[in-house]
Amino acid sequence: MKETLNRIKAEALEAIASPETDDAALEALRIKYLGKKGELTAVLRGMGQLSAEERPVVGQIANEVRAEIEAAITEKKTVLKAQALDAQLKAEKLDVTVDGKKAKVGHRHPLTLVQRDLENIFIGMGFSIAEGPEVEYDYYNFQALNIPENHPARDTQDTFYITDNILLRSQTSPVQARTMEQQKPPIRIISPGRVYRSDAMDATHSPLFHQMEGLVVDKGITMGDLKGMLETFAKTEFGEDTKIRFRPHHFPFTEPSAEVDISCFMCGGKGCRLCKGEGWIEILGAGMVHPNVLRNCGIDPEVYSGFAFGMGVERIAMLKYHIDDIRHFYDNDVRFIEQF
Amino acid sequence: MNLSLKWLHDFTNTDGITVKEYCDRMTDTGSKVEGYEVLGDDIQNVKVAKVVSMERHPDSDHLWICQVDIGSEVTQIVTGAQNVHAGDIVPAAIPVAHLPGDITIKAGKLRGVESNGMLCSISELNLTLHDMPKACEDGILILGKGFEDKVGMDIKDALLLNDTVVEFEITSNRPDCLSVIGLARETAISFDKPFSVPAPTVKGAGDGDKIENYLSVRISDSDLCYRYAAKVVKNVKIAPSPLWLRMRLRAAGVRPINNIVDITNYVMLEYGQPMHAFDYAMLSGSAINVRRANDGELFKSLDDKDHVLDSTMLVIADEKKACALAGVMGGANSEIKDGTTTVVFESACFSGPSVRVTAKKNGMRTESSSRFEKGLDPNNCMAGLLRACQLVEELSAGDVVDGTIDVYPTKPEAVVLPLEVDKINKFLGVELDYDYMKSVLERLECKVEGNEITVPSFRADLTCMNDIAEEIIRIYGYNKIKSTCIYAETTQGGRTPKQQFEVDLEEALYGMGCDQIQTFSFISPKYYDKVRLPADSSLRKSVVISNPLGEDTSVMRTIALPSMLEVIARNINFSNENVRLFEMATVYIPDEDATKLPAENKVITLGMYGDEDFYTIKGVIENILEKAGIEKAKFVSCSDDAAYHPGRCARIYAGETLLGTFGQIHPLTANNYGISTPVYAAELSFDEIWNAADMTIDYKPLPKFPATSRDFSFICDEDLEVGTIEEVMAKAAGKLCEDVKLFDIFRGEKIGEGKKSVAFRVILRAPDRTLTVEEADKVSNKILKDLSYKLGLNIRG
Repeated sequence: MKETLNRIKAEALEAIASPETDDAALEALRIKYLGKKGELTAVLRGMGQLSAEERPVVGQIANEVRAEIEAAITEKKTVLKAQALDAQLKAEKLDVTVDGKKAKVGHRHPLTLVQRDLENIFIGMGFSIAEGPEVEYDYYNFQALNIPENHPARDTQDTFYITDNILLRSQTSPVQARTMEQQKPPIRIISPGRVYRSDAMDATHSPLFHQMEGLVVDKGITMGDLKGMLETFAKTEFGEDTKIRFRPHHFPFTEPSAEVDISCFMCGGKGCRLCKGEGWIEILGAGMVHPNVLRNCGIDPEVYSGFAFGMGVERIAMLKYHIDDIRHFYDNDVRFIEQF
Repeated sequence: MNLSLKWLHDFTNTDGITVKEYCDRMTDTGSKVEGYEVLGDDIQNVKVAKVVSMERHPDSDHLWICQVDIGSEVTQIVTGAQNVHAGDIVPAAIPVAHLPGDITIKAGKLRGVESNGMLCSISELNLTLHDMPKACEDGILILGKGFEDKVGMDIKDALLLNDTVVEFEITSNRPDCLSVIGLARETAISFDKPFSVPAPTVKGAGDGDKIENYLSVRISDSDLCYRYAAKVVKNVKIAPSPLWLRMRLRAAGVRPINNIVDITNYVMLEYGQPMHAFDYAMLSGSAINVRRANDGELFKSLDDKDHVLDSTMLVIADEKKACALAGVMGGANSEIKDGTTTVVFESACFSGPSVRVTAKKNGMRTESSSRFEKGLDPNNCMAGLLRACQLVEELSAGDVVDGTIDVYPTKPEAVVLPLEVDKINKFLGVELDYDYMKSVLERLECKVEGNEITVPSFRADLTCMNDIAEEIIRIYGYNKIKSTCIYAETTQGGRTPKQQFEVDLEEALYGMGCDQIQTFSFISPKYYDKVRLPADSSLRKSVVISNPLGEDTSVMRTIALPSMLEVIARNINFSNENVRLFEMATVYIPDEDATKLPAENKVITLGMYGDEDFYTIKGVIENILEKAGIEKAKFVSCSDDAAYHPGRCARIYAGETLLGTFGQIHPLTANNYGISTPVYAAELSFDEIWNAADMTIDYKPLPKFPATSRDFSFICDEDLEVGTIEEVMAKAAGKLCEDVKLFDIFRGEKIGEGKKSVAFRVILRAPDRTLTVEEADKVSNKILKDLSYKLGLNIRG
């Protein structure tokens, strides 16, 4: 009987270990040896014929054989599982260079992109966003800003008129006047928006474009403060190394007035294609609010002073992203927009 | 303003300063330089030469072989010109020479004969008959006997072509700088150079003749004419101006005409004082009247254009007619002609706004009007007038009649401003002392006594502390101001909730795959036809631009859908596939009262084509509404918006408020844009969505008890809307209803035409217990009953 048990064990272990044995064969082997009608069970059933001395010995051997076969089956199962997983993983290998399936994400219009950038910079410096109408009274667009009727400064801004008194604002500056009328200092606002000038469309002109105006009015505001704020702005928008330069200019609503250049952010001021070899790029106009403008809006220039600045959103976008034609902004070809 | 540096040197100097340094510093002190040009830079190695002898070319009947003395040697040049004779003084390009237009002259052979250069015509030197009035237009420039002693000289020296012209952009507040003298003053202060303007002197004819024998002047409308000064010149000999004067005008970009006209232009450029010259013989009578034009008065300007005048315009009139449009242009009737013998020189000062309006109304912006409109100094009139007469004498152009007419009704008082040193320093953020400020102001010709500044009359732009501060800081240097931080009350800043909502909506739309577009606010009124807006629609009443660039951009849009469809059509033409777009567009709704501003409303437009259908655009809109926290929006089928497909269009309501319209674009509308593919679009009112928005967040506890669901499937008429069925079911389910969802919809032959099969799942839940089967069944039965009772639906198994 012992021999039978050892033979069963040897046979079983060999069969289990055989590389041919797969999941199904393993189950068959389990039934063959350990099942109710299996060989080992049959041997155990024959134990009754053994003597009382032999029975425990054979019983122990039989249990050991069962345990060993069971262990072998369990081990084999683990191996088979691992093999199966290996095979599955191998079969599931993908070509990772095939394009991903993406949910399409939309793109900001570059003008919005720049406008939001500018807004965020000034919001960080305590500015609010003021809004005003695009169809505006002549008064706010010109007269309140120290540009009386028939003033030659009107020539530099060829204006679209609706009636004698109503026009399409030629600048965002009327929002300055409206704000000062409604709000007393301290004032710190920016005002981005659309402006209109009677310029025929070409690569650098558009009858409609975007400006952003800034205004600060408070006690003791100096021209040094204007420089400081624009310097901070330029560094944030164009890079930490950016320098600014003021050139005297004339705007009727500021005095003194300046055109402001930044050092070229492409060449760092050495001179390149972008800055036309100058090392500097004109980026905005600025100045100290003219006392007549303060007075027109009910603010006493003897008590308060302030500064204002304005910049073209298209111009900044064109410089920043090297866009060569202003018409792209309004053609809205998605091949253009999706680059931003 | 084009400034000849040679001319500038009459009043100051730029010794030791390179052109680049000059331009940079002038820009820094407030006279912006646009650029400069070295005149004659493109002419190299052209010399004054004398033709010694000429013989015919043996192999040509039109070429001449010339022996030419170029000073250093006699050389052989072949020319095809027929106007050259032995003994003539001519310009000769000596190899290797350069001529304007990138032409290089090298030695070579012409039909086998050696030619060491080229004799030049005026056009080859980039000159015109105005510059060289006696030259032959299609032959070689014959320089004349005056150049005999200049043989061998560089042609640029001989013809005074070598000058540097600096182009300034003069701002409208500085008309004084529209003159050589004004810029010389700025140059002198910028570089600390001496500056002086010699007072013009006129000898006069001294023959006892007096101006009173010729002329009297009356200013009828002194509100438009502040001063009128005149002198008369008799025995005038109209002739070309001398070379030096022609070349100075040429450098300044003004065409030489004849001595008298050139003198008026020269004085205008030098003094900034526009001048006018009349032919005295053409005046009717001797009394000049400066008056407003009569309404409907006819006037022919000297460029031969006819104008109808009105009473806002000022004219210089004789006893019968208008002879000049004051400050703008003279009349054809009194133009200086070759036979003119007596000339009246006018030097006047007119009101800026009046000249501006007159020039604009008549479409004649001239050098004169563009100076007057900026407001000129009446005190400059006399110097200009005398300078003109001085030139007449210098040029021997005529005899200046003794006496001067000067009608100057109200001499303006000098402007006196305080010099507020502390205030200016504080305002600018600098620390400059009194002495420095005083010295700057004095060099600008202000009188400074103690703390009083007397402003010179040519600086009408100086009216307050800010102006004085600017004068000081532009000379001191804007860039020497130290950057500082604002020392003041802090402000909160940031976006308003509505502004932030707009930014958030944009972000949400990007997340849904929509690209943002920006389109023009003005459109063609034809755009309303293209979207099939009914002829009687109030939306066709737009804000109209009175002076549009063209019909395409002539009205402010009242709807933004056309702009979107234009962009969609363009993208289809570009073969861009699967496009999803949105715009945050403003529309302009005119007020009934045309003196009031229109309402400017913000709308969100959506436009899409490609992998899209009605329900994908609806999904985007539902997401927008969800973002706004609008839970109870209603979608109502709409078949009366002609822009949209009548069966695939819906209006969105929050309560009674219309939030917007969307759907598939009507094939006929699409056709108007040349679009044949289905396009889906939406127009949503940003303002109404914001008004309806509720973005308060209030946490609701998660359910503690499980939900039960019941499914219902049945066949109904195609026309019965799912929304209606859902509403009935939800109402029937009452408080326990958590959700009613359509989970299947099917149409087909088996179902029958005009029918659809629909399946809904109703989710039921109680907050405080697990629902029993009986409770759920009770709800289920109520739903079945209501479907049958309210909608006539009999439910299948």
